[in-house]
Amino acid sequence: MSTTSTLLQVERVSVRYTLRGAGLLAPARALEALSDVSIAIPEGGRLGVVGESGSGKSTLARVLLGLVRAQAGRVAWEGRTVDYDDATAMRSLRRELQVVFQDPFGSLDPRMTAGQVVGEALQALAGPVATVAAQDRIRAALSEVGLAPAFANRYPHEMSGGQCQRVAIARAIVARPRLLVCDEVVSALDVSVQAQIVNLLHELSERYQMSLLFISHNLAVVRHLCDDVAVLCQGRVVEQGSRDAIFGDPQVQYTRELLAAVPEPNPTLQRARIALAVNVSRVKR
Amino acid sequence: MTSAPLLRVRDLGVDFSTSQGAVQAVSGVSFDVRAGECLAVVGESGSGKTQVLLACLGLLASNGTARGSALFADRELIGAGERSLNAVRGTGIGLLTQDPLSSLTPHLRIETLLTEGLLDRGLATRAAARERALQALRDVEIADPESRLRQYPHELSGGMRQRVALAAALMCGPQLLFADEPTTALDVSVQARVLELLALVRSRGVGMLLVTHDLGVVAGLADRVAVMYSGRIVETATTDELFRAPKHPYTAALLAAVPRLHGVAQSRLVGIAGDPPQPSARPPGCAFAPRCGRAVDRCSDSRPELTASAEVSPLTTAQGDSMDGRAWPITAVACHRPLQDRAEIA
Repeated sequence: MSTTSTLLQVERVSVRYTLRGAGLLAPARALEALSDVSIAIPEGGRLGVVGESGSGKSTLARVLLGLVRAQAGRVAWEGRTVDYDDATAMRSLRRELQVVFQDPFGSLDPRMTAGQVVGEALQALAGPVATVAAQDRIRAALSEVGLAPAFANRYPHEMSGGQCQRVAIARAIVARPRLLVCDEVVSALDVSVQAQIVNLLHELSERYQMSLLFISHNLAVVRHLCDDVAVLCQGRVVEQGSRDAIFGDPQVQYTRELLAAVPEPNPTLQRARIALAVNVSRVKR
Repeated sequence: MTSAPLLRVRDLGVDFSTSQGAVQAVSGVSFDVRAGECLAVVGESGSGKTQVLLACLGLLASNGTARGSALFADRELIGAGERSLNAVRGTGIGLLTQDPLSSLTPHLRIETLLTEGLLDRGLATRAAARERALQALRDVEIADPESRLRQYPHELSGGMRQRVALAAALMCGPQLLFADEPTTALDVSVQARVLELLALVRSRGVGMLLVTHDLGVVAGLADRVAVMYSGRIVETATTDELFRAPKHPYTAALLAAVPRLHGVAQSRLVGIAGDPPQPSARPPGCAFAPRCGRAVDRCSDSRPELTASAEVSPLTTAQGDSMDGRAWPITAVACHRPLQDRAEIA
C-alpha cells in the first residue's frame, strides 16, 4: 500500500451511558456503548463502520465530534491528542472534520434556504468572507454536489430527500474538510438516489483526498465505497480489515450474519435464504 | 394457480386537487393479486405506489379522488362508503406500514393495539381476543408474549415494533396483506427477519401486495413485480423474468442501482441521473425519456402504452385472466425501445 500518514486515530475508547432505572427510586444502570474501540483512518482513506442498531456506530461518530465524552481512551488527529475542552483547538478541528447525518430533513433548518445553510457553515468555519466571494463559494459547493444554482433559494420542504442530503453534504464540504463523517447518510433514501449519493461521496473523496468515515448497517453499500471495514457488535470491534479481507474471507460469525442479511437482487439466492429461515422457524416451533 | 384473483384492480387513477390545479398522481394502473401470491409494486418516492394502496382502502388524503375499479371479493372498493370499506379494512385486507412507531398508537398497550380490531367488531370476547393476541405474537416470533402485552410501543425496539405491527395487521385474519415499505426503516439484519416472517405469512395462503423502492427486498418474496414510474406501471413480469431480463430501461437502471456483495467490486454504483418529473409537469411522451440513455425523438413525443411482450410464453398467457374480453398479460412493458436481451443491458 502507500505510505500515507494516519489522519485520525481512535485508541481504546470506551463510553458508558448512565440510564435511569425503571422506577422513580430504582438505581441507575450503566450501558457500555463502546468498549475499548480502536480504529484508524489514513489521509484520504475511506473506512466503513458497520453494525446493527445499538452496536455503537453513532456513539463512535459522536465521540469524534465531541458530542459525547469518552470515559477512557483517546482520539488523535495527525498524532496529537484531541482536547475536546479546548474551544480554540476545537474550532480549527471543525474546519477539518465535518459530519453528515442520516435524516436530511431533520438536519436542515426548515427556515433556511439551501444557500443560507451552506453560507452559514462557510462563515462559521472559514471566518468572514466577502459577500461576493461567499456567493461564489456557495454556488461552487452546490454545483459540486450536483445541484443547480437555483437550488440556493430553495427551502428543505421544496426539495426531495436526495436533494436535501446533497445540501447537507454541500454544507459539510464547503470549508474543505479533510475528514467527512457520514452517519447512515443513505439509509433513508431510495435505492436510485442512494447510488447517486454513494458515487458523489466517492468522487469528492477522490478529488480532494478527503477521508471518509462511513457508518452504515448495509455491508453492500460499504463494499462499493470503502477501502477498509470495521465491524461493530455491542460496542466492540469484532473484526476489521481491508475490504477484500472482510468480504472475501470474513472471520467472525457476526460478520457472516450481516453479510447474509443484505437483500441482494437475486431471486434464486434470496428465495433459498428465506426458505431456509422459514424451515428453521417451523422446526423451532 | 388458476384461482380467481383476490384483488382485481383495473385502470386505477388517483387525482389530487391542489392550489396549482388537479394533479394526476396515478393513472391506468391494473393488476391482480391471487391468494398466497405476492405482487410487488416497485418504484421511487413519488411514483404513486403508496397511493395505489391507499386508494384501495379508501384512505386517500382529503384532496384526493380515485378513479377506476378495485374489486376485492366481488366488492367494489373505489367510491365505496365508509361502512362497506370498514367491512374490508383489517378483516379482508390488513395494512402494514413503513414506520411502526407512527402506526402504533403510543398511549395504548400492545394488548389493546392487537385486540381492538376484534373487540370493536364484536368478533371475539376479551379473553378470546387476548388468547389470539398471544398466539399472534408467538407467530411473529416474539419471546415472552405475556409481558409484551403489557408494554407500550416505545418500550420495544424498531424490529420488534414492526413485528407487533405485522401481528396487528393479521389479527382479524385478512386474506390479503398490504405491506407498504415494511422494511425500509429497519437495519438489514432486522429487515431479513421481517422478510422471513412475510414469507411465512404468505405460505399460509395470505395474498400480499408489497410496495417498496428496493428491488433487493423483492427478490426473495415476490412472485410477480410491477414497476411504477411517475404514476404508471411501466413494466410487469414474473420476478425471475424481471431480474433475468428487464425490458424497460428504468427497471434495468433500478436493478443496477442496488449495491451488491457479489461480482466485481466496482467502486461506482450505477445511479439514475436526474429526478422523476413532477406530476404536474410530466413530459408529453414517456415520463422516463429525459433520464433514459436509449431515448429517441419518438420517446419524448408519444407516450408508450403498456403492451404484452412479443415472446409471451403460452404458459404466461394461460395464467393471465381476461375480464370484459380483455386479457390481462403478466409480461408487459411500456417502452418504444425495450431492451431485448441481457447483452443490451450490460
